Amino acid sequence: MNAPTAPQCSQAGSTYVEPVLVVGGFVKNFDGRLVLNGLDFAIAPGQSTALIGANGSGKSTLLKCLIRLIEPSAGQIQMLGRDVRALSPRDLRAFRAQVGIVWQRHNLVPRLSVLSNVIHGVQSRLSGPRAWFQALAPADVRGEAMQCLDRVGLADRAATRVDSLSGGQQQRVAIARMLMQRPAFILADEPDASLDPQTGEEVMALLLSLVREKGLSLLMISHRLEHTLEFSDRILGLAKGRIALDLPTSQADAASLRRFFDHQEPA
Amino acid sequence: MTTLSVSAVISPPPRFSHRSLSEYVGILLVLGLVTSSLMATAPALDKLSRGAARLFAPSGMLTQMFPPDFSRIIPIGWKLLETLQMAVAGCFLGLLLAIPFAILATDRLSPHPWVRNVARAVIALFRTVPDLIWAIIFIIIVGLGPAAGVMAIMVDKIGFAGRFFAEAMEESDAGPQDALRAIGANRLGTIVSAVFPACLPSFTATSLFALEKSVRGSAALGLVGAGGIGVDLKVAFDLFNYDEALAIILMMLALVITVEQGSGWIRKKLI
Ligand SMILES: Nc1ncnc2c1ncn2[C@@H]1O[C@H](COP(=O)(O)OP(=O)(O)O)[C@@H](O)[C@H]1O
Ligand SMILES: [Mg+2]
Repeated sequence: MNAPTAPQCSQAGSTYVEPVLVVGGFVKNFDGRLVLNGLDFAIAPGQSTALIGANGSGKSTLLKCLIRLIEPSAGQIQMLGRDVRALSPRDLRAFRAQVGIVWQRHNLVPRLSVLSNVIHGVQSRLSGPRAWFQALAPADVRGEAMQCLDRVGLADRAATRVDSLSGGQQQRVAIARMLMQRPAFILADEPDASLDPQTGEEVMALLLSLVREKGLSLLMISHRLEHTLEFSDRILGLAKGRIALDLPTSQADAASLRRFFDHQEPA
Repeated sequence: MTTLSVSAVISPPPRFSHRSLSEYVGILLVLGLVTSSLMATAPALDKLSRGAARLFAPSGMLTQMFPPDFSRIIPIGWKLLETLQMAVAGCFLGLLLAIPFAILATDRLSPHPWVRNVARAVIALFRTVPDLIWAIIFIIIVGLGPAAGVMAIMVDKIGFAGRFFAEAMEESDAGPQDALRAIGANRLGTIVSAVFPACLPSFTATSLFALEKSVRGSAALGLVGAGGIGVDLKVAFDLFNYDEALAIILMMLALVITVEQGSGWIRKKLI
């Protein structure tokens, strides 16, 4: 019941910063099967935190619980100054609007144009037909969507149907849609998983550059050890339902992380 | 190359697998049902052959049908147009109303399991009761004429399209919908901007089938007085004007084929 410990900004030294995410005593079970059994951690703003753990260790479950796409079983979640578990349905919608998610699958709406898909991000603050399709959107919304597309390098593809783009381009459109949302926090669940190594790396680099330039906070899952080391400030390792590792990335070495990546264990 | 040694050849499975007693009983029951049904209701062969012979007699129906009589082609043409209009109007209203019914009937989009069950029951009822019965019911409500036919077609289409719309939405990829919900979109926004675009091809195909079905169905509605060409066909048969009856049948056929060809062409264009 006590408030969890303050964030461990080990590299920052003494300066205390208000955390953007505090998770305390967090438990999640599915039909009595414990998946996450008492997590305590906090995340400082403007940081990129990597969540690692073997397949089925509950990484995706934790991410979804943070914005209550899955309901937590017990514990506290303080995120962006809100008590997430106490939010009413209406407040939950407003809260989710501030959290951008990049999924393993891009989850774009097929058959629609790139621009329409990016404009969907505005549904975090606008509702009705002007947020449904690019043709019905007001000029300022279309303009902002074009800026988001430009940021991911796809402004010239605005009129293209999303299903005709490559996997990497689709993932970048999904990131542009997320930017349209004007998020304060980004959750990324293996955004590089369905992409080839080169494209996956570009997508991870794009996410990190957004974090750096806009001061956003990022909690990301990558199934690649190299990406975890390259694109994070801090690493949280999940094992047996608990936080089994919590290190600044600068102090992490590949050998000690390997056990959290099951596919990289020797056969 | 492939000289198989005899010992390596594995014997094939038995031709017929063994059945249990309950399976034999089941087969016997089905056979009994089929034979008893045939004996109770199928026409006797001699009756059928005598009737067929009468068709071809000089005063028989088939002989009288030729040549078809197109002398009333103008009034029949107008009635055919009315038939088509009934089909289009009823189908349009039915498709429009089928969308909310279908949304309420899906697991994922329905606001509550109870609402979903009620919506499913209504769709099933609309689909199960034949459109001629709906026509009779609506004649009682709105009186004889095309309005009753339009209502009958509409209800029939809510049942038909409601089911297929709901199936399409149920089968559509949940990813984009979940993503929009996670963005903070409301239910309507999620449905219109994520569900509908994904389901568009399937919705279009269903709508075109519904139109074809409506055109075929609306030709029969006149038989019970719900407007359209059916009543003219009935009158022609009742007055033994078999040549005019054939003319009406041919024109109905032309309409149905035209609509089916047209919708087939659109379907190919869109998908
Ligand atoms: N909706 C669910 N119902 C029941 N069990 C689930 C559900 N989602 C995930 N799980 C289980 O929870 C565990 C963690 O899953 P997940 O969070 O997807 O792992 P990870 O993302 O780390 O690979 C797995 O054992 C999985 O089977
Ligand atoms: Mg996962």
